[in-house]
Amino acid sequence: MQNKIQSHSRGEYNVYSTFQSHEPEFDYLKSLEIEEKINKIRWLPQKNAAQFLLSTNDKTIKLWKISERDKRPEGYNLKEEDGRYRDPTTVTTLRVPVFRPMDLMVEASPRRIFANAHTYHINSISINSDYETYLSADDLRINLWHLEITDRSFNIVDIKPANMEELTEVITAAEFHPNSCNTFVYSSSKGTIRLCDMRASALCDRHSKLFEEPEDPSNRSFFSEIISSISDVKFSHSGRYMMTRDYLSVKIWDLNMENRPVETYQVHEYLRSKLCSLYENDCIFDKFECCWNGSDSVVMTGSYNNFFRMFDRNTKRDITLEASRENNKPRTVLKPRKVCASGKRKKDEISVDSLDFNKKILHTAWHPKENIIAVATTNNLYIFQDKVN
Amino acid sequence: EMEDKVTSPEKAEEAKLKARYPHLGQKPGGSDFLRKRLQKGQKYFDSGDYNMAKAKMKNKQLPTAAPDKTEVTGDHIPTPQDLPQRKPSLVTSKLAG
Repeated sequence: MQNKIQSHSRGEYNVYSTFQSHEPEFDYLKSLEIEEKINKIRWLPQKNAAQFLLSTNDKTIKLWKISERDKRPEGYNLKEEDGRYRDPTTVTTLRVPVFRPMDLMVEASPRRIFANAHTYHINSISINSDYETYLSADDLRINLWHLEITDRSFNIVDIKPANMEELTEVITAAEFHPNSCNTFVYSSSKGTIRLCDMRASALCDRHSKLFEEPEDPSNRSFFSEIISSISDVKFSHSGRYMMTRDYLSVKIWDLNMENRPVETYQVHEYLRSKLCSLYENDCIFDKFECCWNGSDSVVMTGSYNNFFRMFDRNTKRDITLEASRENNKPRTVLKPRKVCASGKRKKDEISVDSLDFNKKILHTAWHPKENIIAVATTNNLYIFQDKVN
Repeated sequence: EMEDKVTSPEKAEEAKLKARYPHLGQKPGGSDFLRKRLQKGQKYFDSGDYNMAKAKMKNKQLPTAAPDKTEVTGDHIPTPQDLPQRKPSLVTSKLAG
């Protein structure tokens, strides 16, 4: 996180605050370890000087307050500056303590712990536009919480079949609509998205809308369902569209049209002829996220070899960029990359077989107002800014 | 109309996979696959052994077993810090028949 910067300034970013959100836990009853690994972080809208965020591991969601302290009171009557108490008999005059500036201190404190509501692994959290409630989703269920209440949540979606042998799909992501506080969507491992209205019933097992692109049955293969699994779903800021990410593409859906997406962008179509190896090394199950820019005109998602892709919805142009220190000097404009699918490789192109599948960019984020993006590689966080004219 | 002889790249990959693992189940989206997915990442540990290992570390002063005793149970039980970062596989061993 960067301290407040003026817009148009081009500074470098430093770590603002580091804190341990979750610790490993043990479920003694089931003899299972619960990993401390954070699955999702979501910021709350800012209401005062402090920032609030929700972070979740597989089982427990926590609300964190992050506040700054840049001044401290000095001139107490009964205490020395180092905190030791003064002998009251030596106090002969009274003074009013005053605030003096100090080095910035950032404090993170846990404010709420929302636990014990999920049998399966939490994959999503989403804050409602009412700023009072939020949802959490695991593989089979979605729960609704109130930010103030930690000992209770309401189950709003349950797709667990009575007989687990009949299980055919799981929930992969869920999100509240940015403007309608009664509407949310959830995506599945079969490539469908369901839109639900909480006003319709307490348990939203019956969707209000079902978004699904028809598949050509003659093209169906062993991999079809796996690559159609949606790894992320994100509403546009406007609330009119939603974007889904499956293994090979990004799709934009108009909420008014359920039978097919309005736009489809190929992220790395050249991987279609590598599915066998990608299944063997489990890469086919990688969960890529996607994001919108502030004006909903550009969408971005990650790929392999530390590449990430941007698609301009208006110009229909796309670009591949690389997040790597070796190949990009600081403060230089990023050079577009190109992957050569087959045939003769041109200079500066990279062949599919040279791609490093361990260098995956699963998480990217776009600043809501500026053209500043954050891109996460395995061990590093990159922050890129629009070039200054 | 002539039959389309060109196999889609996806179908070609499927053929490759089936050639390598002939026993692979027909429908990857079936319940076995999904149930494995639900268990993905779960690491099992034995709370009894874990607590015994913890207790043993605390009680180092107590007389230990005879030095020439090679087989000691509970000594190599993984503690939470040692639990290996196992990359989970979503299906049973692809070599399994």
